[in-house]
Amino acid sequence: MNTNSMNASRRGFLKATTGLVIGFYLPGRSELAAQTPAPTPAKINAWIRIAPDDSVTLMIHKSEMGQGTVTSLSQLLAEELECNWKNVRTEFPGIDPAFGLQGVFGSMSIRTGWGPLRNAGAQAREMLLQAAALRWNIDKSLCRASDGVISNTANANKLTFGQVAEAAAKLPPPASVTLKAPGQYKLIGKSIKRLDTPDKVTGRTKFGIDVRVPGMVYASIARCPVFGGKVVSFDAAKAKAIPGVKSAVQISTGVAVIADNSWAAMQGAKALEIKWDEGPNAVYNSAGIRKAFTEQTLQPGASAKKTGQGAGALNSAAKKLDAVYEAPFLAHAPMEPLNCVAHVRPDGCDVWASTQMETGINGIALALTGLRQDQINIHTMYLGGGFGRRAGTDYAQEAIELAKAIKVPVKVTWSRENDMQNGNYRPASVTRFAGGLDADGWPVVMTANIACPPMGGGGTFGGGRGGRGPSVDSTSVEGLADLHYAIPHFQVDYHSVTGGVPTTYWRAVGYTQNTFFGESFLDELAVAGGKDPVELRRRLLTDQPRLLGVLNLAAEKAGWGKPLPAGHHHGVAIVNNIGSYTAQVAEVSVAAGKLKVHRVVCATDCGQVVNPAIVEQQIRSAIVFGLSAALKGELTIDAGRIQQSNFHQYDVARMDEVPVVEVHIVPSTEAPGGMGEAGVPSIAPAVCNAIFKATGKRIRRLPIAQQLA
Amino acid sequence: MANISFTLNGKPQTVDVSPETPLLWVLRDTLGLTGTKFGCGMAICGACTVHINGIATRSCGMQAAAVAGRKVTTIEGLSADGSHPVQQAWVEKDVPQCGYCQSGQIMGAAALLAKNAKPSDADIDEVMKFYICRCGTYQDIRAAIHRAAELQTKGGVG
Repeated sequence: MNTNSMNASRRGFLKATTGLVIGFYLPGRSELAAQTPAPTPAKINAWIRIAPDDSVTLMIHKSEMGQGTVTSLSQLLAEELECNWKNVRTEFPGIDPAFGLQGVFGSMSIRTGWGPLRNAGAQAREMLLQAAALRWNIDKSLCRASDGVISNTANANKLTFGQVAEAAAKLPPPASVTLKAPGQYKLIGKSIKRLDTPDKVTGRTKFGIDVRVPGMVYASIARCPVFGGKVVSFDAAKAKAIPGVKSAVQISTGVAVIADNSWAAMQGAKALEIKWDEGPNAVYNSAGIRKAFTEQTLQPGASAKKTGQGAGALNSAAKKLDAVYEAPFLAHAPMEPLNCVAHVRPDGCDVWASTQMETGINGIALALTGLRQDQINIHTMYLGGGFGRRAGTDYAQEAIELAKAIKVPVKVTWSRENDMQNGNYRPASVTRFAGGLDADGWPVVMTANIACPPMGGGGTFGGGRGGRGPSVDSTSVEGLADLHYAIPHFQVDYHSVTGGVPTTYWRAVGYTQNTFFGESFLDELAVAGGKDPVELRRRLLTDQPRLLGVLNLAAEKAGWGKPLPAGHHHGVAIVNNIGSYTAQVAEVSVAAGKLKVHRVVCATDCGQVVNPAIVEQQIRSAIVFGLSAALKGELTIDAGRIQQSNFHQYDVARMDEVPVVEVHIVPSTEAPGGMGEAGVPSIAPAVCNAIFKATGKRIRRLPIAQQLA
Repeated sequence: MANISFTLNGKPQTVDVSPETPLLWVLRDTLGLTGTKFGCGMAICGACTVHINGIATRSCGMQAAAVAGRKVTTIEGLSADGSHPVQQAWVEKDVPQCGYCQSGQIMGAAALLAKNAKPSDADIDEVMKFYICRCGTYQDIRAAIHRAAELQTKGGVG
């Protein structure tokens, strides 16, 4: 066994944890810095450490899954801190109440960090200034901080942050600080290069799956193919015959095979002979689920929203139409399959995870081990994608349970098949619409009757988020119940249903189905009334200036209404989710039954932008993610089992299928909105509305797949 | 178990593993070279791509025994210091998001450029469509490959 994992990193960074010593490469940018032993940094506050060599270590309390927190949160801290950006490095902290909830979901990192992080930066700056003032025996008001250097404005004296950091750390934080006005920003609003890129192009970045600790064994877990099923008995003889397999251990979710490498563990898990009690969910299949959901939408449901007379206004409409829309179950399929490393000892517990939910894992570690908080260490690793799947904690719960049973550190790695078939999913959903137009062809009434399994953060068969009454899962109706159009009579009903499949958040959550449904049906209303889809939306958005703004911007930049190349057609869709406003115009062609999405113009108003380049990245990313689902994303169920096992059966968008994406950001100093999920909801309806223009075929069921053939 | 000898990132390497163990797991678990990633285990996604005798190869589908006597290059050995034109271009264009698939993307792109110094968009798509990125960095990857081609020509590399 090579000892690479045991080497202290070239930064000489050793992290002592209770009972063991672990070395990891830190995310870093300069090989020169990498060879310098790290001096002891002073902790100015929870987010900021400054060492005598002027290096500034920022604690990134929101994990990095590609959305850019390592860079953008550093920008917020450094903006007010006035440190030298070149001296910034970052770490993921352990659990600390100072950070509040440590989790990334709902595109909230910038939204929740905007105030506190600038504040933390400003407080630290004031403490450094105060320390310098005390050193010089002058009033703090005579001191200025810039680029990590404090100047005495009365003379030419200077002190670096590193020279006063230790003294500053002992001072009380100021009671209040004044934050910069937008015109004073040096870092916020700038397309600063991502801090995590250099290590991501050399293979040095440590994801959860890359963790190696001394004495670690490798595990793969066989779980019941039917959700909620239990082990009755198992025979591990064939598994144990595989070279490298050490043992098999039953845990609450299945049987774990322990081996001296991941491959042997995975082969062992496949070789297990297990008798399962499949439980009540084995009865479900896709056709039955679809039929049951669709039938539900014929009944009145729990009221999620009603304005005017609601459905009562349909009878007086001059023209009526109705339609049923459907979306399938989806996997998140992050490139890094789920995994977790755990080590449980009588006096301590360490968990290493690429996770969107440290706070949740910490709670599980406390509950499963019975240890005290100061004995628990949660180590956040880089995430190879999350998309909501890692906002759950099931993968960590299993690893902690197993580690407790076998008493040595263990890495549980999910095979891709496990990841796809033993997961938590974006729920399938069926929505029945009715709409009515007045004599001039303008919509006056719209109703939506939704049947959708409720979504929980950790995979759930029930429950869901409240806010709209006990019978309504807010997540399942978002995108329709909060629809922003001035349609006087409007009604949304909801049915909580199940397909025997645990459901959870999936990038943009309820909007991924409901914005597709609603924006497509609105397009149907436009066509039925003989209206241009952009013109119709403009009329219904007169009291929604930010949505109207992005609609107009996207339409203008895309050349809406202007001639397109032969066979090309435009479709439009808009959404207001996660505090941001987004419009997309898709340009498509359909030739011989084959769809090509040529170009997508996206306009977004996300308030104050912290890093425009990362906003653009996130939009491009979200569009590809949403397009993957629209084009081909579908999981099917048979006898309670997910039938797709790997990317050959659950394909995703490839390079040759993605459009050129053009992003336009509305300049704004409003409070920042979220961005990770803003671009997902509109792409499917924009593309499908363009398909209708190109072919006259209305796509009411995703994925598009072979529907155009 | 069997002793298997090959050249790894320019240096001789011998491992004692079951001969059918995929090279991916020998690299990651036996040798601790974790830059090469596990994505699908079916040679579909490309995250585990390494060069074997210069040819881009899915290491999850290559048994350890099959690399005996051959030259294996991983992301850790593509350059000593991240200076390969593809890596430089990736940094310049800030390509990675989560970054998990990028080792494979970079190894794939480097192999493409070694064969075709000035690929067209179509040439790039034809090779890179077999590398999955769930963050959807494809547009950036394509731009970075064009940039790497320029850097390669300018620097006389490759």
